Amino acid sequence: MYENIVLTESTYYILLALFCPQHGYGIMQQVEELSKGRVRLAAGTLYGALNSMVEKKWIIQLPVEDGSRKKNYRITEFGLRVLTNEIERLRELVSNGDAVIGGKKNG
Amino acid sequence: MAERMTQYKWFWVWDFEKQERWLNGMAENGCVLAGVGWCRYTFEKCEPGEYTVRLEMCDRDENYISFMEETGAEYVGRFMRWHFFRKKSEYGQFDLFSDLDSRISHLRRIHQMLWMLGIINVGIGIVNLFMGVYSTGNAFVAAGNLLVATVLMYGVGRIKGKMEYLENERKLRE
Repeated sequence: MYENIVLTESTYYILLALFCPQHGYGIMQQVEELSKGRVRLAAGTLYGALNSMVEKKWIIQLPVEDGSRKKNYRITEFGLRVLTNEIERLRELVSNGDAVIGGKKNG
Repeated sequence: MAERMTQYKWFWVWDFEKQERWLNGMAENGCVLAGVGWCRYTFEKCEPGEYTVRLEMCDRDENYISFMEETGAEYVGRFMRWHFFRKKSEYGQFDLFSDLDSRISHLRRIHQMLWMLGIINVGIGIVNLFMGVYSTGNAFVAAGNLLVATVLMYGVGRIKGKMEYLENERKLRE
């Protein structure tokens, strides 16, 4: 059912960041940090992705704490399965790439 | 208090990127967007390059605005379904979209809106065209509707072109 889901880079990193509860801006910072500044999620992209993933039940929105407007999100069981499947798939991609190219850069 | 000035300028909907470039050019020259209206842009003085301005067409609500504010952006205002944001450069790079998917879906929203308005104008135009047989007033309205519809459909084509370009890219990359 979820074996063949190929995640986009944004989706992958958002799910990874939501392994622990996190709010929107926190996700952006964490993803930038994890990717050493390579991946910068833009706010509109992130907002849209969060809403679609809540709809798909890959993540849930946690109850808003009193006096705070920040919404926290966390990955669901299902989302975690999607993510671990993706990690498995990425591993395959890398190992095949290494096997063929031999891990050499620039041929 | 900050000095304010107002400029009137017309942009076609399909030139929204040009509009954004113009607003950022103003910001680079020390005038940052502070308010919007019908072809009307209000600016206030800022340090040259202090802000980046972004605009987007969406139906998003106050949740989205507070989400944006959480990331350090300021909400300038909206005109119809166009929302304008600005962010201080010192808080980091400011973009609304960071992948092809979200850029495509933004274009799709604009495309749908233009298409819908176009169809409505064609519909009303045809009704008026038939009624124009009996009254010249209706004939004029029909001509107006069909003219507006033509412009809107031209816009649909322009946005569709941009969308198709990105969709082709999307086949190969994110």
